[in-house]
Amino acid sequence: MKKPLKIGNAQGFWGDRPGAAAKLLQQQPNLDYITLDYLAEVSLSIMAAQREKDPKLGYARDFIDVIKSLPDSPCKIITNAGGLNPFGLAEALRAAGCTKKIGVVSGDDVLAIINADPDAYSNLDTGESINGKELATANAYLGAKPIVEALKKGAEIVITGRVADPSLTVAPCIYHYGWSFEDYEFIAGATVAGHLIECGTQVTGGILTDWLSVPNPAEIGFPFVEMFSDGTFIITKPESSGGVVNKQTVTEQLLYEIGDPDKYLSPDATVSFLSLQLKEEGKNRIHVSGAKGKAPPDTLKVSATYKEGWKAEGMLALCGPDTALKAERCGQIVFSRVAEAGFKLERFHVECLGPMLRMAAADHRMPALEAFTKEIAPLVTSGPQGTTGYFSGRPPIRPVFGYWPCLIEKDLVSPEIVCS
Amino acid sequence: MQLREIAYARSGDKGFSANIGVIAKSHEDYLWIREHLTAERVEAHFKLLSPKKTLRYELPNLDALNFVLIGVLGEGGSRSLRIDAQGKALGQALLEMEL
Repeated sequence: MKKPLKIGNAQGFWGDRPGAAAKLLQQQPNLDYITLDYLAEVSLSIMAAQREKDPKLGYARDFIDVIKSLPDSPCKIITNAGGLNPFGLAEALRAAGCTKKIGVVSGDDVLAIINADPDAYSNLDTGESINGKELATANAYLGAKPIVEALKKGAEIVITGRVADPSLTVAPCIYHYGWSFEDYEFIAGATVAGHLIECGTQVTGGILTDWLSVPNPAEIGFPFVEMFSDGTFIITKPESSGGVVNKQTVTEQLLYEIGDPDKYLSPDATVSFLSLQLKEEGKNRIHVSGAKGKAPPDTLKVSATYKEGWKAEGMLALCGPDTALKAERCGQIVFSRVAEAGFKLERFHVECLGPMLRMAAADHRMPALEAFTKEIAPLVTSGPQGTTGYFSGRPPIRPVFGYWPCLIEKDLVSPEIVCS
Repeated sequence: MQLREIAYARSGDKGFSANIGVIAKSHEDYLWIREHLTAERVEAHFKLLSPKKTLRYELPNLDALNFVLIGVLGEGGSRSLRIDAQGKALGQALLEMEL
């Protein structure tokens, strides 16, 4: 019987601990693969802004530092850090001295296809049509297949753009065990494994309801799975790391960001969670079985974004009684002062979170946001007594990216794999 | 008594909607929430956030329920002006429900 395949995750999102991959590989040197997830909804919009300024950019530059930090190891790396420019990232890696075989998966960028026929791509949430909005990005969630092809071509590092997060884990399983793309029962198990580890420490004690009970949280370990040839697996973490893996951490992460648990959709399979069984097999080791799989949908999910003006937010601590009343009054003051400067803010939101007053504004006009950001500090001398917590200067004004989820027919999308 | 005495939760975003997983601490607690934690009750708990609709799913193999609150995140994501644009606090908010 083959030894189980060991796949770890060392990044749950762009902003996670930069030293995690090196630490994971040091604590668990026998890992076969490490996945790193860089792309949340807005990440591609941020990369679009970077690429506008410099066409050579549009990827997660910090991935290069992660690769540089790793000890010499046969462990393969699979990541979506390529963002909008996976070839750019591969080139930059080479230029930084990386001698590993690099596979680049592209073809997720479907902006031109959607722009050619915008009426065919209505919003999945609201049913609205695009109606003249100018899209900044549009990327289809590719599946495991192109990653498997890259691995077959000998890639030791696979760089993709937008890919379904669990597919980063499913691909090495298919490649290693020689599953066919129609082995939906096995792929279902690997998809569940990918879903569990894609958010890193969220399955090893992070954001646990009982978080105060998590041991050694400063050293919380990143997770890895031991995948068997039939799609069942054990989820665990390095022995020397902190945190915990138990039925509670695993069940909470199973339910994270899911809709109908009988139809978890991925480009690789439609998975049912309703027969999953969790069994404790030793300390911090949970055996997961029972995933059921069917064919995936004929469409791929697309996440598209469009520029929609600017936003800014400011916070102040209102120490003393009647904070809600004071917060409301401060909000009215700021709104009317910005209006007096000539800008009735298109969107304005005031929150009172305990003693914290938080105001956020959005508008298509940059000068409107500039006026808003200037009206927060004056509350320190004209606002309620006990107002404090104003340290960091005028808040930054950031671009707003509207989110446009839609579906695209699989046969319109052509993934490409280049290995060098 | 609050829901947190008998269950754990975890919430996350899906576009302008959010899901909240509710996991009973024991099988008996699951039988109770299966009977009493209805979609209507959960939707009412979040009425200030104006969800358009609430879907409810049962996972008897895990003693858990999953709620999807359609539209509860308003604009959601980058467009949202709320501090919790991704619904990460909704699980904690639901656990405060008085039983």
